[in-house]
Amino acid sequence: MISLLRTIGLTFLHMFRKRETIQYPEEKVSLHPRWRGRIVLTRDPDMGERCVGCYLCAAACPVDCISLQATEDENGRRYPEFFRINFSRCIFCGYCEEACPTYAIQLIPDFEMAEYNRQDLVYEKEDLLIDSQGKYPGYNYYKVAGLDSGVKGKGEGHNEDPPIDVHSLLP
Amino acid sequence: MSLEVKKMAIIYIDHKAYEVTPGKNVLETCLTLGFNLPYFCWHPAMGSVGACRQCAIKLFKDEDDTRGRLVMSCMEMVKDNMYLSIDDPTAKAFRAQVIEWLMTNHPHDCAVCDEGGACHLQDMTVMTGHTYRRFNYPKRSYKNQYLGPFINHEMNRCIQCYRCVRFYKDYAGGKDLDVFAAHNHVYFGRAEDGILENEFSGNLAEICPTGVFTDRTLKAHYTRKWDMTTAPSICQHCSLGCNIIAGERYGELRQITSRFNGEVNGYFLCDRGRFGYEFVNSTNRVQQPLIRSKSSDATDKQSLYHYLKNILATDKIIGIASPRASLEANFALRKLVGKENFYQGIPEMEALLMRCILYILNTGHVHSSSLKEMESADVVLILGEDPTNAAPLMALAIRQAVRREPIQKGEMYIAHPTQTKLDELASNAAHLSPDEIARLGYAIANALNKNAPLPENLNANTLKLAKRIARILKKATKPLIISGTSLGSESIIKAAANVAFALSTDDKKASLSFIVPECNSMGLAMMKAPSLMHAKETIENGKANTIIVLENDLYRRSAKKEIDTLFNLCKEVIVLDHLHNETTGKASVLIPVATFAEAEGTMVNNEGRAQRFFQVFSPKNENFRESWRWLDEFRQFKDGINPEELKVPDDLMTEMVASMPQFKGAEAVTPDADFRMFGQKIPREPHRYSGRTAMLANINVSEPKPHEDSISALSFTMEGYKGMPPAPLIPFFWAPGWNSVQSINKYQEEVGGSLRGGDPGKRLFPKMPVLEKIFMNHIPPVFSPLPGEWQILSLPQIFGTEELSIYTPGVAERAPKPYIAINKKDAKSLNIIENESLQVQIQDQNYTLPVRIKKELPDGLAGIPYNIPGMCGIGWPAKGTLKKGKT
Repeated sequence: MISLLRTIGLTFLHMFRKRETIQYPEEKVSLHPRWRGRIVLTRDPDMGERCVGCYLCAAACPVDCISLQATEDENGRRYPEFFRINFSRCIFCGYCEEACPTYAIQLIPDFEMAEYNRQDLVYEKEDLLIDSQGKYPGYNYYKVAGLDSGVKGKGEGHNEDPPIDVHSLLP
Repeated sequence: MSLEVKKMAIIYIDHKAYEVTPGKNVLETCLTLGFNLPYFCWHPAMGSVGACRQCAIKLFKDEDDTRGRLVMSCMEMVKDNMYLSIDDPTAKAFRAQVIEWLMTNHPHDCAVCDEGGACHLQDMTVMTGHTYRRFNYPKRSYKNQYLGPFINHEMNRCIQCYRCVRFYKDYAGGKDLDVFAAHNHVYFGRAEDGILENEFSGNLAEICPTGVFTDRTLKAHYTRKWDMTTAPSICQHCSLGCNIIAGERYGELRQITSRFNGEVNGYFLCDRGRFGYEFVNSTNRVQQPLIRSKSSDATDKQSLYHYLKNILATDKIIGIASPRASLEANFALRKLVGKENFYQGIPEMEALLMRCILYILNTGHVHSSSLKEMESADVVLILGEDPTNAAPLMALAIRQAVRREPIQKGEMYIAHPTQTKLDELASNAAHLSPDEIARLGYAIANALNKNAPLPENLNANTLKLAKRIARILKKATKPLIISGTSLGSESIIKAAANVAFALSTDDKKASLSFIVPECNSMGLAMMKAPSLMHAKETIENGKANTIIVLENDLYRRSAKKEIDTLFNLCKEVIVLDHLHNETTGKASVLIPVATFAEAEGTMVNNEGRAQRFFQVFSPKNENFRESWRWLDEFRQFKDGINPEELKVPDDLMTEMVASMPQFKGAEAVTPDADFRMFGQKIPREPHRYSGRTAMLANINVSEPKPHEDSISALSFTMEGYKGMPPAPLIPFFWAPGWNSVQSINKYQEEVGGSLRGGDPGKRLFPKMPVLEKIFMNHIPPVFSPLPGEWQILSLPQIFGTEELSIYTPGVAERAPKPYIAINKKDAKSLNIIENESLQVQIQDQNYTLPVRIKKELPDGLAGIPYNIPGMCGIGWPAKGTLKKGKT
């Protein structure tokens, strides 16, 4: 009998507590910066596409919902010819972001992607690419990679010696 | 290897005893036993040099020794009672240290490196446990070179294992790749930018344990190894039938890699085979059935059937088969038109040579040599062939035979009208006219066996040379005779046979190998049908009025005029082909067919080995159907067979063997369609295959059902049996921890030996003598040039001669421009110098060709590149007149 009254009392008291439920969509939810939501493709500090089309995100994806094709510009810089994510399959696990060696693919705190038509959940590169560096500002993969792809010449990268003169006999 | 059973040695690895074959090095023994021991510079085909220091293990003096010493396992031979340790902490630390050193300079490139995911360096780094670079100082960098259309160079990635130069210079005989500079500056490349000249340069992409040399054609449509749908296939670009793995992504053929077959190509491929695949993706493909008499040409399957119904039911039809179509396709055509209306789509001359070759190999007195056996020959005699151009991988095998010289005897004699790349290794290279080559061959046979006929009026030099070669051949334990159809001379083939017959004894047969023109030339010849000439007669006599041409450009086979007349006499010309060419241009009904990558089929190589290739992918275009499927379906109009009851290739093969017993064995080269491994099919896709739910999502977000393969034991998905499939069904090489091609080790019974369960393919020629050994007598008279007339020689070209590979832009770039080669004396008599143009009349065709002086060419002979674009349609053997051009 006492426990019954106590329960009723507790429930009654809750009416005066702060509400957890928010009036979405009028009121927006606040998400942490590392919240795993919509996937974007970011750009490097020079506003070049960060994605180099290495296929690691696609390989890491447990639901195989990423497909892309790498291609090269005239300088030998790799970028995706197309980049497609089927968000109707995506489970937002973030493995793609973890696998990405260039910080190109990032999951951002945005989940508002609902569609009436499932076909509209297929995002192409135009839909994914943003004009921002995302969570990792300042990183430019081609500056630390060895190859010359129009971003920096051989030996001009970060922590790199100038190219070796093959004709030199000096030690 | 001696026949007696070798005594096995007992070695102890980490206190466990293993029984192993002595005479091998410890590294390969450990790999054979299944240990994961890292290595770089050692390669099963090239042996050990102990340069990379990666395969270090501990070797102990005896059982009681606890200190031991570090040794390089690749440099240590297996001995009885050897005590080793792989897991010893010192050895492990040493191996990890070596990798860490290598990685101090290795660039942060994997994401943009084409080797990534199939990289031996990645595998070995993971294997030794190295993860973070502790060395904080700058990395070394190099400038790259342009190495031509096939190979990409990224020198920063080099780990100085020296495999590239060892392969390129020592193994393949290349001259233009070398190592430069010293100490930690060594540079692997050419003296200056330029195309890598060697015919086997593509193998650098597989030999290099990292991404210094990569496949440039793959780079243009880059796909990781794990993303490709692959299937075991057979190279279509020469008669050797090298085993390949063909990979597809997004409906396009992306890459060809070598599929190890210990008996055929081993680890390697030639550049034509590796890079000649792009015809499959060509825009020149026939896309739709065409009926040319209709107002709008393009049509669909239904109206095509409707149109063909009457033709096939009422017309008198003959079928023209093809040496580049599979046995299944050719047999399906034979069934459709009937045995008596079935013709080989090759000129009479070639058919004659093939008949002759078939007779010789079927006598059972000679052994038709595999490429593997060629590598161990001690004396090689080449009569009238240029293997480097006609069958490149054979030249690589011969090179290995001669290269053993310092240790074992390896000698080579060549007789060919022009200089060949193998001349540099030959003890003697005689540049003779085809007739003189035949006479030399007959003279050698006579010197070996007096029953063989001797040519009359032999000149003293030839006789002397013949006697010298005969003397050396007699002493040889594994002599090998090579000849072929390139020069179009029956006498040379018969002379080669005589030499082999003379060398053969009852218990030891001499090896003989013929290079034949195309991938399935041998298989077609075995069907024993009359040639194109007879087909033309049949049409001319009015015995038939409709012709079905199967995957064959007849304008490459014979003079243009003759083919024009043939087609003009026909009421309907039905052509099945995958690429548009002159013949398809004449077709009244044109039917698109599948290429090797989209079809399954069986072919017989020059050795008589039947091998099966599997469909790599289902083409997006549903019109690309296998020739045999089209042809088999057409039978419904002729015999009233219900198309539902159509046969899968296994059944076609069974039926073929029943009607043509000479193919016995060809039906069983691979496990049949019902074969399962523990109830599962074998997946064409690796378990890491990506993008399945996104690659077609742009068309429809609901994924289609994966295509089912009802005709083979392979599946088009990544689901299925994950272990090691039987040797003929290996779609890709992969083992846990071994993502690169080096995982082949795990698929072999013994490292470097045959695949588990035996190398795929089945030899069709008899092992025992079935016919009497009769020496042939077809000795040509002494060759004497006629004034004003030149004998035209066909010179095959590695790039250019083959019909399909020319669609690869890189191959087209490497193909020679038309030219005519004559010697200095003839040039002088024509009053012409190098590169000036010459008016050449061959049959009734006129060409203006620049002159190339080849000083070794005998008088009265002129060579032209064989069947290169713009020089097709010559009836061989040809004679021609040469006149100086106006300007």
